Amino acid sequence: MSADQQTEGQRIRCLVAKVGLDGHDRGAHVISRAFRDAGFEVIYSGLHRAPEEVVQAAVQEDVDVLGISILSGAHNTLVPQILDGLEEYGASEDTLVIVGGIVPDDDKDELLGLGVAEIFGPGASMDEMIEYVREHAPDRER
Amino acid sequence: MSDLVEDLLAGEHRALARVISKIEDRSPGYREIVSELHRHTGSADVIGVTGSPGAGKSTLVDKVAATYRERGETVGVIAIDPSSPFTGGAVLGDRIRMGSNAGDMDVFFRSMSARGSLGGLSTATTDAVTALDAFGKDRVIIETVGAGQNEIDIVRTADTVAVLVPPDSGDDVQMLKAGILEIADLFAVNKADLDGANRTVQQLKEMLHYGQGRAGSDADDWEPPVIETIADSGEGVEEFMAAVDDHLDYLDASGQREAKQRSRYAAEIRALVRADTNDLLEAELAQRGGIEAYVDEIVARESDPYTVTEEIVAPLRECLDAPSQD
Repeated sequence: MSADQQTEGQRIRCLVAKVGLDGHDRGAHVISRAFRDAGFEVIYSGLHRAPEEVVQAAVQEDVDVLGISILSGAHNTLVPQILDGLEEYGASEDTLVIVGGIVPDDDKDELLGLGVAEIFGPGASMDEMIEYVREHAPDRER
Repeated sequence: MSDLVEDLLAGEHRALARVISKIEDRSPGYREIVSELHRHTGSADVIGVTGSPGAGKSTLVDKVAATYRERGETVGVIAIDPSSPFTGGAVLGDRIRMGSNAGDMDVFFRSMSARGSLGGLSTATTDAVTALDAFGKDRVIIETVGAGQNEIDIVRTADTVAVLVPPDSGDDVQMLKAGILEIADLFAVNKADLDGANRTVQQLKEMLHYGQGRAGSDADDWEPPVIETIADSGEGVEEFMAAVDDHLDYLDASGQREAKQRSRYAAEIRALVRADTNDLLEAELAQRGGIEAYVDEIVARESDPYTVTEEIVAPLRECLDAPSQD
């Protein structure tokens, strides 16, 4: 099917966000590109975003999927702040939140318990992530 | 359904975001929503910003939005980026430049992809502007690369169109070409600290000068000013905004704002009628067994494209020609 034929109807929208003091954006770029090629609409936040900026972007852009890329080790502080912000705007229920980066096993369960849907570490394949998003992106009535 | 409209009118950001998604997706019910919202519009100034990739549109829009906020005005931004003709996917990167308005929810920034090119983009943009206007935004900025007729049509729906020209944009013959330079109400030569900026300003002014004094042009006509800006540092942003306000004042004083609005609505009606009629006929075509069967006949030289078209459209024409029964 060509892009023209897909003009109408829902398309998966993703926000790829870099949060906090973490200057490594190669991974976020690669994923943005892979998502684009998978036919998603990708909004890229740029580097060094504060949690409230990520929330602002996720709410205003009405994304289906929020991918947080974080390699700094501050995930235990920053990710919960983002989740709280989404809650505040009534956006947590139908936003799929995934985290990519270096997250120690001990922290994973905590994040998953807070509402993160999945965590992708080093070695996760692109196809795996794309497939995951396709399968789990919220099916909205809109 | 009208819950969503109520929430939007009550100022809920999530509702506004969701309404724009519905508009983009053309999902069921979006028309009723836009119809309801229309009544609440009419108070926003709509500013179009266009220019080649890398001209500095997003950076300028960011600075302009921040300055409006300092003045106590609320701002909506629609930033349009291209989508892939192959996969339909897109990377929407205008948000990266939004640094000055980080965390300020009263700047509502929305990225839109061009999603194919069936002309639906201009309808979607107009409807998104309606949503932002009804939400109560004082200023709505549409930002788009002015590539192709489609995007020119979009940006033309704005009250004021600003065209950003980077320094060293080719020689003076480029300035004579038809296209985005013609639709500008004001020009900003951005990155004015770079080499070649003076020459570009000079070329633009000359180009504008050629257009003056001809039959049909009036001494009272608006003359697009050429402003030098360095969006990155904020230099010239005040002048840019003053020029926007001058143009808006001119529109009001000359009665052109109303005239523009009327022609905008006329164009909107035409676009919707065209799209809807097209859908009706597509459905009719499908009901008659699809287009392939007709193509078979044409290939076999049993029929031709005109005959087929007549066959499909004739019932519609008869229907419209029939004297009204009431």
